[in-house]
Amino acid sequence: MDKWNLIVDVAQCHNCNNCVLAAKDEYVGNEFPGYSASHPKQGRGVIAIDSTYRGSSAMVDVAHRPKLCQHCDNAPCVAKGQGAVSKRPDGIVIFDPVKAKGRKDLVEVCPHGAVIWNEELELPQNWIFDAHLLDQGWNMPRCEQVCPTGAISSVKVSDEKMQALVQELGLEVERAELKPRVYFKNLYRETQVFIGGSLQLERDGLLDCAAQVEVALVKEGQELARTTSDLFGDFRFDGLEPNSGVYCLEISAAPGDAKTVQCDLKAESIVLEPFTL
Amino acid sequence: MKELVLKTILFALGPVVNRSAKKSEEFRTFLSRHNCIAQIGLKDGSISRFYAIRDGKITASSKAPGKPDVSLLFKDVETALELMNANPDMGEVVHAAKNFKVMFIGPDPLCVWFGQLLNASQQCLIEKGTLMPDGSRRFTTLTNGGPLFVHVKDDKILRVTPIEFDAKDADSWSIDARGKRFTPKRKATVAPHAMSMKSVVYSDKRVLYPMKRVDFDPNGERNPQNRGISGYERISWDEALDIVSSEIKRQKQKYGPGSMTIAHGSHHQWGNVGYYLSSLLRFGNLIGFTRLSLNPDSWEGWYWGAQHHWGHSQRVGIAGNYGTVEDCLQEAEMMVFWSCDAESTNGGYMGFEGTQRRLWAKELGIEFVHIDPHYNPTAQLLGGRWIPIKPTTDPALAQAIMYVWVTEGLYDQEYVAQRTTGFEEWRDYLLGKEDGTPKTPEWQEPETGVPARVVRALARQWGGKKTYLAAGANGSGFGGAGRGATGAQWARCMVMMMAMQGLGKPGVNMGNLQAGTPLDHEFYFPGYADGGISGELVFNGNAVNNYQKMPHVITMNPVRQMIPKQQLPEAIINGKAEGYLWDGVATELQFAPFQYPMPGYSPIHMIYKYGGSYFSTLTESSRMVEAYRHDSIDCVVNQSIWMEGEAQFADIILPACTAFERYDIGEWAAGGGYLPHGFNGTNHRIVALQHKCIEPRGESKSDYEIFSLILQRLGLGAIFNEGCSELDWCKRVFNSSDVSKRISWKEFCKKGYYVVPAEKPALRSPVNFRWFAEGRMKDIQEAMPLPSQWAEDFGKGLQTPSGKLEFMPETLKRSDPNNPERPVLNRYIPAWEGPHSKELFGKYPLQMIATHSRYSFHTHVDGKNGFTQDITDHRVCIGGHYYWLVRLNARDAEARGIAHGDLVKVFNDRGAILCAAHVTSGVANGVVKSFEASAEYDLRELDGEQLEVGGCMNILTPSRSQQRGTSSMSPNSCLVEVMRWDGSRPGDATSKTDGVQEAAHG
Repeated sequence: MDKWNLIVDVAQCHNCNNCVLAAKDEYVGNEFPGYSASHPKQGRGVIAIDSTYRGSSAMVDVAHRPKLCQHCDNAPCVAKGQGAVSKRPDGIVIFDPVKAKGRKDLVEVCPHGAVIWNEELELPQNWIFDAHLLDQGWNMPRCEQVCPTGAISSVKVSDEKMQALVQELGLEVERAELKPRVYFKNLYRETQVFIGGSLQLERDGLLDCAAQVEVALVKEGQELARTTSDLFGDFRFDGLEPNSGVYCLEISAAPGDAKTVQCDLKAESIVLEPFTL
Repeated sequence: MKELVLKTILFALGPVVNRSAKKSEEFRTFLSRHNCIAQIGLKDGSISRFYAIRDGKITASSKAPGKPDVSLLFKDVETALELMNANPDMGEVVHAAKNFKVMFIGPDPLCVWFGQLLNASQQCLIEKGTLMPDGSRRFTTLTNGGPLFVHVKDDKILRVTPIEFDAKDADSWSIDARGKRFTPKRKATVAPHAMSMKSVVYSDKRVLYPMKRVDFDPNGERNPQNRGISGYERISWDEALDIVSSEIKRQKQKYGPGSMTIAHGSHHQWGNVGYYLSSLLRFGNLIGFTRLSLNPDSWEGWYWGAQHHWGHSQRVGIAGNYGTVEDCLQEAEMMVFWSCDAESTNGGYMGFEGTQRRLWAKELGIEFVHIDPHYNPTAQLLGGRWIPIKPTTDPALAQAIMYVWVTEGLYDQEYVAQRTTGFEEWRDYLLGKEDGTPKTPEWQEPETGVPARVVRALARQWGGKKTYLAAGANGSGFGGAGRGATGAQWARCMVMMMAMQGLGKPGVNMGNLQAGTPLDHEFYFPGYADGGISGELVFNGNAVNNYQKMPHVITMNPVRQMIPKQQLPEAIINGKAEGYLWDGVATELQFAPFQYPMPGYSPIHMIYKYGGSYFSTLTESSRMVEAYRHDSIDCVVNQSIWMEGEAQFADIILPACTAFERYDIGEWAAGGGYLPHGFNGTNHRIVALQHKCIEPRGESKSDYEIFSLILQRLGLGAIFNEGCSELDWCKRVFNSSDVSKRISWKEFCKKGYYVVPAEKPALRSPVNFRWFAEGRMKDIQEAMPLPSQWAEDFGKGLQTPSGKLEFMPETLKRSDPNNPERPVLNRYIPAWEGPHSKELFGKYPLQMIATHSRYSFHTHVDGKNGFTQDITDHRVCIGGHYYWLVRLNARDAEARGIAHGDLVKVFNDRGAILCAAHVTSGVANGVVKSFEASAEYDLRELDGEQLEVGGCMNILTPSRSQQRGTSSMSPNSCLVEVMRWDGSRPGDATSKTDGVQEAAHG
């Protein structure tokens, strides 16, 4: 049977918040019996965006990621809800707007932090994949409809087909043991770190960017990767595990003349001081 | 025979109206507003019919049942037949009205009502919106951030969604580039503020009733000193309208013309009828008012600077973008974004239409460079080299790049020789021959903070690759760098750089893919600045097309006195001000100063404020507080939708409704006027009826209705209305446009929008400046500058006196040759407020830039407890209060003991603001990055200090003009200090604004 899945490309999200606002637009002030009670107007909504900056100086990037209910197949909220939270055959997790009343424990049980607490109604609330709209014939949830970059896309396919897509697109999940139905692309932009720097050289008494210089990333004597500095003399090794220890950069200043720089990679990305060849 | 036809029409009128009343409850209500006897006939009495209207029903007769209360009389039978036609020639109607061939006689409110009644009896029968399967009705609207479907059930907005096209809507265009074919998505993308509209329509900060300041007595003590302090009481509409109309009359009698000024922001709500250049101007002209002469706030440096190098006066100094999307995607190798954050500014109104096109550029491997103090969302999405720069130093970087081009021969020498003038003098300046200082990359490094090696690398790439310069919001202009002390220097440099690189050659142009799509540029629909219903022929684009296409009665402001908008506070407090004109008709118009007050006119004694709060878009905003409280101001009226920062300074608040609660019509992103063909920033031209989706909330009324009611008390209502409701005006706009040639009014009312077919490939616009680069006659469909503006043959060359790109502008040589702040030779002059301001910089060592907010449209859709409050990059909630954000670098934050999310005081000698700190690596060292457009102005006394807690950052910015001889703003040259705030918080203290809010809820 075909089930709903969501694919989020972290590199394509630019934090416009249209998905956040569309969820507020849909659920604040509206009741959809059997699906959702009205959401609180103010406060974090059922979709919110987390941003992770990496780097420093001129070498910076940032990953934005919409955080929302991941509609896990092994959902702790469904297990704990005992009828207050249900899993639909199409994969969507619904917090019953009546039976879930008072169940603040269902907020805490979500390891993704995706459930909000409606203080006024004493209700835990999740992003219900806009199930009420899908049931009316919509072919996508609102967060996808309003996304200008294509960072969010929904897919309704069988689990087998989804797994094929996971392989094909290199998708990842968070907490695989929960079997979430939200998949991520380019998640390394949030979870991994990089080592980067700028190379310069002296020419006629002036400093210039050193372009087209080879740099190798070496760890414990093993070359892990190799890259070439760009026209600004910049190079970068991305996708490294945080706190993964000491790395050695071998910079090929001239044929047969490699200079090495060592750095100890901690939780944050490293941008080296400009290095003069 | 004609007499018989007229008699038949008059005979049929009664039954027709009664039938409509039977079918439509809305019309029945309208008809029931008055009981009266109305007469329609000829002036000489030879033909007349009388209509006794009682309790929503008409009884017609040929004999007068009594003295008519209202009469519609025609000079002759021909005029009567023309005007009683269901689809009259509006040129004839207006002509008849202006020349007394038709007259309304009777009390003005009755004339207005009876005039509208005849139209309304037909309009009410047309279905508006589309019924949806779930029983809701789908309406359409337009916002500053794109078009929307509005789903309504039981007079309540369920949701707003982007417009997704159906199979009947016109096909999209495609662009072939480097072996790929690109076609835009079949929908209209929208900006975040558009997605937040529902929350502000239903905001608890809506003003729902007319209100009067409690200690304002129009017949006694007015207590101007208490504006912004004392609270409000609810009054009736009748009382409010009486006070306002009486005050207008009193002002005219006591002071004479010009004592009232109308103050408004540049942007409010979308729509050709309700826009400030439309209804408001018509209202103002019928009374007479002192105009606030706007400074070209979006353009600034381009108007006062760049214009002299390349013309484009009617585009306020920036260039068009025709054909550039195709050219850029097909030819360009690199794009340099300079003070250009297209993903935040959306080209103004275009939602995220440009985003997809920029992602195509990325897919094609076009390289990106971003020069900005802030690692902005455009850089975040596209990637490429970020070059952080100290604010206001951009011209120094530009000059060093040009220095490298000169010394390494990396510029187009043939182009410079053929298409430009004055290059030798500029080259000598760059080389240091003129002042002994070569403008080397090393020279600029301490100034800009950009390493010399990076400048050389950039200059070499730029000089060696076909490059698009994306300067400012639309790529060929605007930009925060143009709104600092060096704004004109920067804009001038941008043009000079392009002059060196061959502007107009394939792949070498200005643009950021935000504008210049291959749409149909000739299909006519008027833009918002094209005058709407104003009747004004000078201060908008009405005279160009709209006035001929949609004939309406001309209106003129009899008051020639003006106040430069940025100097409004000084004009009030000091009683005088001097300004320079923003007028695009010719380059020379900016040189002549004008003075306030102007002989023969009264200084202002009344402020009529309309639209959104502009406190936080006015530099050194606190000046306005003193101005509002000045005892020369007898009366302040604020016609406002929300109880925003500025509304609390009014004596009378008139509650206006949103565009969701009244009719309007418009085209997405179509500026018109100085923004011709603005729609070509979108992927599809969309013309929409802005439905009245719900009834006005509370007792609020549409702006148009409020103007009409005030004018009815001055006997001017019928002249204002021309017998039209807003919907009738919408129909007149529709009929004047090419849309009416494609679909019927009935169909348009139901579906709500029309997608204009894309241009046929063979007819697509040529590329902007290509004709110039190739030495041909101008071949793009840009009807500007005026024909008189060519010194050479019409259409040959640019608007400059030489017809070429001028490095040493002739217009400055002629008219302002010795201005040390705007020299003919565009030498680098460091900002008068910046790192060179020794003493001040010692005290306030951080440079603040407050650019356009990404999530609100200026003050529109900010605050008001709307959805945007909870966007963590917009505001942050700390202890129940939503604070405005300031971003600062980790190093600067650490040096001050500031952590992410801390409350901080941002301050200088002009004031202090409590904000939330956003500590990020995405801001250059020494820079504080914030936004300009808080809708809140909330001054509190905390621990003995005056602190603004709403986020009105412009309190801190200088009110000085960029350069002598201009009326320009320069908010982005602003020094501040930031410190952690551990003191009392707004929640701890009770404040005046709380009292006001309660009153607002009635």
